[in-house]
Amino acid sequence: MDNEAIATLVKTNFPEAIIDSKIFRNELTLAVKREYITEIAKFLKENKELDFNFLSDLCGVDRVETHGVFEVVYHLYSISQNHRVRLKVSIPSSSPTISTVTGVWSTANWHERETYDMFGITFDGHPDLRKILTPDDFQGHPLRKDYPVDGRQPATLREIYRRGEA
Amino acid sequence: MGLESHLGDNILTTTLNTMVNWARKSSLWPMPFGLACCAIEMMAVVAPRYDLARFGAEVFRFSPRQSDLMIVAGTLTYKMASVARKIYDQMPEPKWVIAMGACAVSGGVFNTYSVVQGIDQVMPVDVYLPGCPPRPEALIHAIMEMQKKIEKESFVRKTTANTVNKLA
Ligand code: SF4
Repeated sequence: MDNEAIATLVKTNFPEAIIDSKIFRNELTLAVKREYITEIAKFLKENKELDFNFLSDLCGVDRVETHGVFEVVYHLYSISQNHRVRLKVSIPSSSPTISTVTGVWSTANWHERETYDMFGITFDGHPDLRKILTPDDFQGHPLRKDYPVDGRQPATLREIYRRGEA
Repeated sequence: MGLESHLGDNILTTTLNTMVNWARKSSLWPMPFGLACCAIEMMAVVAPRYDLARFGAEVFRFSPRQSDLMIVAGTLTYKMASVARKIYDQMPEPKWVIAMGACAVSGGVFNTYSVVQGIDQVMPVDVYLPGCPPRPEALIHAIMEMQKKIEKESFVRKTTANTVNKLA
């Protein structure tokens, strides 16, 4: 299916959930309302014509300074149909939380953990929402713009020498 | 000359120190601690084109128990730091460390929240090898410098414990 057809099909099924749809350089981006994400995800996967069976990426974006929101971005691909779509969901920085899509694509499990670790966005209904990249005693979420780029937390390192000495 | 002139052609005299150091430097067993892109250059060094066997150091061991030279090649993150330290601790004495590449030397271009700014923050380093990445010839040079350093050591006093305490 081409981009226009995908956009129309999703819009007719969820007229109230799609805020915006854009095609740039032959890539389709749909802006989705936060409440509908799980429902739309399920539709995109289960609809036979769309068949988005592969969640190729899920990540966060910090747009707090300019727009007061975080964004969660989903990149979907259909292996059988060879077409792609990108979903963007804006969530207010005051309550950075969204429901999980692990029930639809189980690969979302680690992607959502990463997004949680890096941006502090929580995913409701996630089976095991723990940090995945930073050390266990790391404080804060390093990909937020208000986190200093060189904000190293060397407390861990001092612990390492101590263990080394013993 | 001296004592040797009385012993004939088949006998050499030397000090125990020189002999032990000669044996150690001629048969280094590296522990390849490859963390990023630099590790590719390190692999090239043991392959036929650069042939580290010429320097007696081609036996890369993936067990720290069987190695005496740790080559840290790549970017050390905070999360990996305790692992690197543990591997270092598991190596039996005598042991040496080469910090290979800008990342291992100083954090390199990664002045970021996750990268340790030089592996000397967690373990004592004998040879610093700059470059991003250093060419295989440069690693061979570092190993030769390592050999020169080993030659000058006193094998009885060889211990890294002092360096470790100084760090903490
Ligand atoms: S020094 Fe350069 S080549 Fe080596 S690990 Fe760092 S970035 Fe990669």
